[in-house]
Amino acid sequence: MQSIRSSEITSAAEYAAYRRTLSRRGLLGAFAGMAGGVVAAACAPAATATDMQPAATLAADRTAAPVPTAAAALAAAPASTATPAGAAISTDELGDAFTDRASVIGYNNYYEFSTDKEGVAPAAAGFAVDPWTVQVGGLVNKPATFDIGQLRKQFGEEERIYRLRCVEAWSMVIPWQGFQLGKLLQAVEPQAAAKYVRFETLLDPERMPGQQQAWYSWPYVEGLRLDEAMHRLTLLATGLYGSALLPQNGAPLRLVTPWKYGFKSIKAIVKIDLVAEQPTSLWMAAAPNEYGFYANVNPQVDHPRWSQASERRIGEFSRRPTLPFNGYADEVAGLYAGMDLQANF
Amino acid sequence: MMAHWLRRNWPLLAAHVGGWYPLASLLLDAGRGRLTANPIQYITLHTGKPALVLLVLCLACTPVDRFLAVRPALRVRKLLGLYAFGYATLHFFIFAVIDYGLDVWQMLNIVAKKPYALVGFSALLALLPLALTSTRGWQQRLGSTWKKLHRLVYVAGLLAVTHYIWLVKSDVRQPLLWAAAVGLLLLARLRAASPLAAATRAWVRRQLTRVP
Repeated sequence: MQSIRSSEITSAAEYAAYRRTLSRRGLLGAFAGMAGGVVAAACAPAATATDMQPAATLAADRTAAPVPTAAAALAAAPASTATPAGAAISTDELGDAFTDRASVIGYNNYYEFSTDKEGVAPAAAGFAVDPWTVQVGGLVNKPATFDIGQLRKQFGEEERIYRLRCVEAWSMVIPWQGFQLGKLLQAVEPQAAAKYVRFETLLDPERMPGQQQAWYSWPYVEGLRLDEAMHRLTLLATGLYGSALLPQNGAPLRLVTPWKYGFKSIKAIVKIDLVAEQPTSLWMAAAPNEYGFYANVNPQVDHPRWSQASERRIGEFSRRPTLPFNGYADEVAGLYAGMDLQANF
Repeated sequence: MMAHWLRRNWPLLAAHVGGWYPLASLLLDAGRGRLTANPIQYITLHTGKPALVLLVLCLACTPVDRFLAVRPALRVRKLLGLYAFGYATLHFFIFAVIDYGLDVWQMLNIVAKKPYALVGFSALLALLPLALTSTRGWQQRLGSTWKKLHRLVYVAGLLAVTHYIWLVKSDVRQPLLWAAAVGLLLLARLRAASPLAAATRAWVRRQLTRVP
């Protein structure tokens, strides 16, 4: 495994301090909890305790354990510098601990750099992510090219604790920082004809040596239906574990859609287009019968060659059952009402 | 004394070293905590791959003797086959005991639905009687049946590469190379290959005798 410079490691104390800072700024989202009904505090700094109630209740119903919502803590004592809940959160809303940071930054699927999961971090070391611009266009009224710093400034940063379920049947719990994709899309004003969002990764075989391999049709492309893209869970991540994204995690900007398999969360995004037709992702092009457009986590729909019924949480010994929509069914199942999920895999 | 033994037995020594090397390096990785963030997958892959490599080397022994007149290859054939069987067994136990915790229902479910698991298990089953009858005693007891029975090794080889092709995510180039190797070694055993074998043997002999 790639050794990590000790300077890169966020100590638990530093991380707790960082979280307290976020709470104080009112930036901590409710997504440490389940999010249901609660838009992140960042969007609604004036949110009242009543607003927060449904999420807290929902999460409590499901876990029975004390609800680890930062939002609840925030609502109770917004100015406190030492809200125990705010400082102590180290699990998702189901009570499962964050995956060890060393694994999050050392075990990556990122074929632009390497097909060896432990080889990505060393291969991506030194990959420059500044300057970096993101072109947002297509069927929009206000196409724009954003500098990455400008994106962060304009749309802010909030915390979302999400499970990441890889199509290869392993999973992690990751504290991301970022902003809702919906905010960016609203800013560019999608036209009525826009039905999908198409994302593209940087194409630069010199700096991303994996792209010299002609087996895949580079650049990496992913897509979401517009309503999926506008969904409040859909995040554009700029950081994790309290510091800026590292190259191996998709710096400087990556998508996170926690109810979909990990390959949907495209990394190092340079282009976002609103389009009328369903985009064809890199994986759909590589193996259309195995990787679909939706790629929703579904224990009932197996990969053609392996089971998706269970998964291994990185850092755990036993397998655990995979949850429908990766545990986010309450929030996202409605997006697919009436659809045949076997056919639309 | 030692030198004499080595001169006679270097192929056996090489086979034993090659047979233990993957396990030794796996244990070394474990000792150094280098089994990656997903250690069970790592040890599964790193027992499966050696099983395949050793099986292909075992399959190569007869053709190497037949085409290149390298007699010592035949002396390590059985050893390589047994080591391949050992790693395949280890691979299966990691899957069944460590990965799935002997959750038989879940395993059956997977084997029934997922052909790659079934195919891998069949490869192991094909090797089992060969390992059991690998002793000289069984060879004598079974007579001509022994030879027929041991052609199962090709079935195991084909099943093993199919298992490999079916488990990779998309890039099948490496598994296809191994499949090509098994296919080629199988073709080399056909009677039709005899004239070619005779020709290459003769050529190798000429090269060896031409030493000034």
